[in-house]
Amino acid sequence: MTTVEVSKPAPKPAPKQLQRRRSDRPLLASLALHATLLGATVIALFPVLWILLSSFKPADRIQSSEITLVDDPTLENYRAVLFDTPFPTWFLNSVIVAAFTMVIGIAMSATCGYALSRFNFAGKRGLMWVFLITQMFPVAILIVPIYTIMANLGLIDTKPSLVIAYLTVAVPFCAWMLRGYFDTIPKELDEAAALDGLGPFGTFWRVILPLARPGLAVTAFYTFLTAWGEVAYAIAFMQSRNKLTLGAGLQQFVPQFNPQWHLLTAGSVLILIPAAVVFFFAQKHLVAGLTAGGTKG
Amino acid sequence: MSSEAATDAPAEPPKAAGRLRRSFDRNWYAWAMVLPTVIVLGVLVLFPLVQGVYQSFTNLTEANQDEVICTKTLGGGEECKENPKKAEFVGVDNYVDLLTGERGSFWLQFTNTVVWTVACVFFHYTIGLGLAVMLNRRMRFRSLYRVLLIVPWAVPGFVAAFGWKFLFNPRFGLINEGLVNIGLDPVEWFNHRWTGLFAAICTNVWLGVPFMMVAILGGLQSIPSDLYEAAEMDGATPWQRFRNVTLPGLRPVSSTVILLGTIWTFNMFPIIFFVTGGEPAGQTEILVTGAYRAAFEGVRNYSLAATYGVLILSLLMVFASAYRRTLKAQGEVF
Repeated sequence: MTTVEVSKPAPKPAPKQLQRRRSDRPLLASLALHATLLGATVIALFPVLWILLSSFKPADRIQSSEITLVDDPTLENYRAVLFDTPFPTWFLNSVIVAAFTMVIGIAMSATCGYALSRFNFAGKRGLMWVFLITQMFPVAILIVPIYTIMANLGLIDTKPSLVIAYLTVAVPFCAWMLRGYFDTIPKELDEAAALDGLGPFGTFWRVILPLARPGLAVTAFYTFLTAWGEVAYAIAFMQSRNKLTLGAGLQQFVPQFNPQWHLLTAGSVLILIPAAVVFFFAQKHLVAGLTAGGTKG
Repeated sequence: MSSEAATDAPAEPPKAAGRLRRSFDRNWYAWAMVLPTVIVLGVLVLFPLVQGVYQSFTNLTEANQDEVICTKTLGGGEECKENPKKAEFVGVDNYVDLLTGERGSFWLQFTNTVVWTVACVFFHYTIGLGLAVMLNRRMRFRSLYRVLLIVPWAVPGFVAAFGWKFLFNPRFGLINEGLVNIGLDPVEWFNHRWTGLFAAICTNVWLGVPFMMVAILGGLQSIPSDLYEAAEMDGATPWQRFRNVTLPGLRPVSSTVILLGTIWTFNMFPIIFFVTGGEPAGQTEILVTGAYRAAFEGVRNYSLAATYGVLILSLLMVFASAYRRTLKAQGEVF
């Protein structure tokens, strides 16, 4: 370990030094570095790959720990999940709930993010505090009152109840994130727009919003994914079998004593694919926005 | 803008009203922009919150939630009379019961939550920092490593929970298989409190490291490289450079992600709920899952769950303000 550390080059050397430095690093240190990263990568990927691998195993052989690549691979599990269970309905339910959460969440919070980024107004600090505190709300404190309110309104077991519950998290989160993105757009643009006679709303709508499209997209995707993966509200609110969303539905494959792993693994892979695709487009900008909002808060 | 407002309304004698007016003239569009969010927060967050706090002072359960009891009369109509056993105000009884262990097992869950949060955030941060420092160097396959290492982040929590439960399965899980292969006894992971928590912590660490890694990587890249050059010029060893340049440079990012990470982990529901499910016999429950079970299992005890909620929120707020104060005392403001 010491050899690695002694030979550690400055993390960001000037480009000219770079060539010298890379060849400078002793072979052993280089090996140790790659070995560590390779190990970490294996750990990061393994559970996902194992589920993928298991999902192709016949149902009666899935409960074996042999690592076999092609031992009778079958698509039967996928067929079963797609045609013998309400999985496609759950999938559709999840898409609808997550999409509505995303669209409403963004629509309700975009102007707020802009105002927080650009104007000083009475109540601004308080609002920022509220956003931070809502991040602290445990599911536990809102779930019961929202449940009783929904029950009184007769909305339990419907999609709107879930969308409303998710918005409690999504709206402050989106406002917080979007503020971070709006902060990265130079203020001079606003001033130029004002000189051209645009009011604050015109500036927001015609100048800032188009420029913030990547940030909007990332925030939207992330909101979508959060709703996609939520389970606590979903299990509590949805009761009929064909109204469940994925999080609650997948649990149906885990009865007390006999988990149906063949359905679970295949279902998991099908849930993972859209999440992963969406995620890889969004991840790069995501952290920038999150920490920008945080450090300047 | 403000002077204009003043000349517009010279006839307004009271100063306060004038100030209000000016403030309105200057701020109305900002307030208008904030309005949708404020309405949503008020209706969807504040109103339930107030109601939740109120519920925690009542004895509301599934059995006594109805205000009135209606019975069908012979004529086909309905006769309603007030529910004699309807929920009523009971003061701090719920809090006393919970904190003294009369009902539920608050302190067991509290200990679990602390162990769970500290362990998870510690490993998230240290592993994330280690990987970020390694990824921040020039080397071959860097971007490939980076993309592959964030894969767990893309996995929804409940899917990760099922995946790891599969790996930890005592009968055919790969982890026990590995233990047997190196000559150890297989472990009944979910038959004991600490092994169960261990499994859950492994799952959550796996899930949460990528976020920390990417966040810290962003922080590392914002540290000016001339600081490193100056340190090197002064003859600082790599360890000294790490201690005196890297770590202080990371402070703004670190303080934010550790605070967020603590809050998120404290309230992390799906992992415990699906990986251990509280096995054995509720011993691995954390506060959030405990509250959930109080609210939605057995006779639904809404008031007890609300009490849990208020206590969790108070704990987190105390933690967050203490955390901020410590940072401020060290000259760090975020």
